[in-house]
Amino acid sequence: MSLMSEVGQKAFNLGVPLAVHMDVTYRCNERCVHCYLDHDDHGEMTTAEIKDVLDQLAEAGVFFITFSGGEVLMRRDFFEIVEYARRLMFNVKIKTNAVMIHEEEARRIRELGVDTIQISVYSHRPEVHDAITKLPHSFERTVKAIRFLREQGLRVTIANVLMTANSSDHSGVQELAAELGVHYTLDPTITPMMDGDTSILSLRIPGDELKEIFRNPTLVGNPEEFCAPPKPPSEEDLEGYSCSAGHSFCYISPYGDVFPCVQFPLPTGNIRQQKFLDIWNFSPQMKEVRSIQAKDLTVCSSCSHVSSCTRCPGLAYMEGSMRGPSTADCEKSFYRTGIPTANMLRQGLSKPRTMSGNTTPLVQIRPIAVPA
Amino acid sequence: MPETCIYIARSSAIAARALAGEMMVMNSADSTFFTLNEVATTIFQAADGRTPLREIVRDRVCEQFDIDPEQAQADAEQFVAELSGHGILLVSNQPLAPETP
Repeated sequence: MSLMSEVGQKAFNLGVPLAVHMDVTYRCNERCVHCYLDHDDHGEMTTAEIKDVLDQLAEAGVFFITFSGGEVLMRRDFFEIVEYARRLMFNVKIKTNAVMIHEEEARRIRELGVDTIQISVYSHRPEVHDAITKLPHSFERTVKAIRFLREQGLRVTIANVLMTANSSDHSGVQELAAELGVHYTLDPTITPMMDGDTSILSLRIPGDELKEIFRNPTLVGNPEEFCAPPKPPSEEDLEGYSCSAGHSFCYISPYGDVFPCVQFPLPTGNIRQQKFLDIWNFSPQMKEVRSIQAKDLTVCSSCSHVSSCTRCPGLAYMEGSMRGPSTADCEKSFYRTGIPTANMLRQGLSKPRTMSGNTTPLVQIRPIAVPA
Repeated sequence: MPETCIYIARSSAIAARALAGEMMVMNSADSTFFTLNEVATTIFQAADGRTPLREIVRDRVCEQFDIDPEQAQADAEQFVAELSGHGILLVSNQPLAPETP
């Protein structure tokens, strides 16, 4: 076990919020076709409020903070926020589309000691990237920004979200990342919109293409190992937890709402009304999330994939129950191994339904009403 | 001959946070990650650039941990050299201005 994993496990066991993802705004200068956010400003936290939250997070033991959005640089005070976070000695990561990063911004990011900048690039073909972001010349501006950041010696990761429009472009983006000297990650997950609209799920790549991705050694390492049939679950597996959401990780929205994860829209409290540690330690919702072990899962506890599935409790929650299956992850487990999941078998399916056909009512992220 | 004073200060490039009495430290320049034990954490937290290392060892380390002063000083100097090699601590024989991001 690496030192980092050991520390992560220690924080998990102690219930310390080691990492927080904070969206500082939902406003954005791009209009990506797959984006799940409402870009209007419904009352973002002020600079002073965010600084107060950062003070509270430092006191609570948070070490890693990821600033994301929306587009973080839509906030004029963004560098002031990062500077404040760095003075509190957080390890800071930034997620951005980078179109507003020029030489000056890149230099400032380096001076502030930011750890990593993750940038969304959808294709190596400008016309495909720009068609997804709906911002003309965004590819050119983003790639230029990556070069500015690299000139400053900063670590950059290209995040390549795969969907129908760019499903064949991952090799090209990987080559672009290599040419730019940056890391590359791929994510085939498209999530429902915050208002519950599932129409964007039709952008998810079809299962057969997922299967190809899972057998691509440049993406998964050793395909034999990655696609191996699941081992029978041990006692320890059944007593395990899904992920760090609510255990050592949480998400804070621009309106101060606290959730177990950015992909887990279960409201647990609002930082404008309560102290962060009161929400973290005493929220009944956080406690419930923390209580769920693999053996408690209604369908998945009897699934042969239970020990190796990437089941996301947030996506399961959006489908109706945080103890239920996450269909997107069932699909991944099936296309990775060829073995049907318990969720598919109970529905009499030999292969997953396409996600675009999912009309399950979804829970929505909405700002919690704050008294005036 | 008078003893050379060593002053130590935390680099502005690092991230740090205490977890259950131990300090996690990460250097953003190369993402090297360390955890410091309680004694090392005490020295790290006292690294204000103004207090000589010998004073930190005498007043903080020996006071709190009941360690032989000479041994503590030798260990502290080794620890400081190691962290300075990784860019975590700045070392000088003159007081250092604290670095801020």
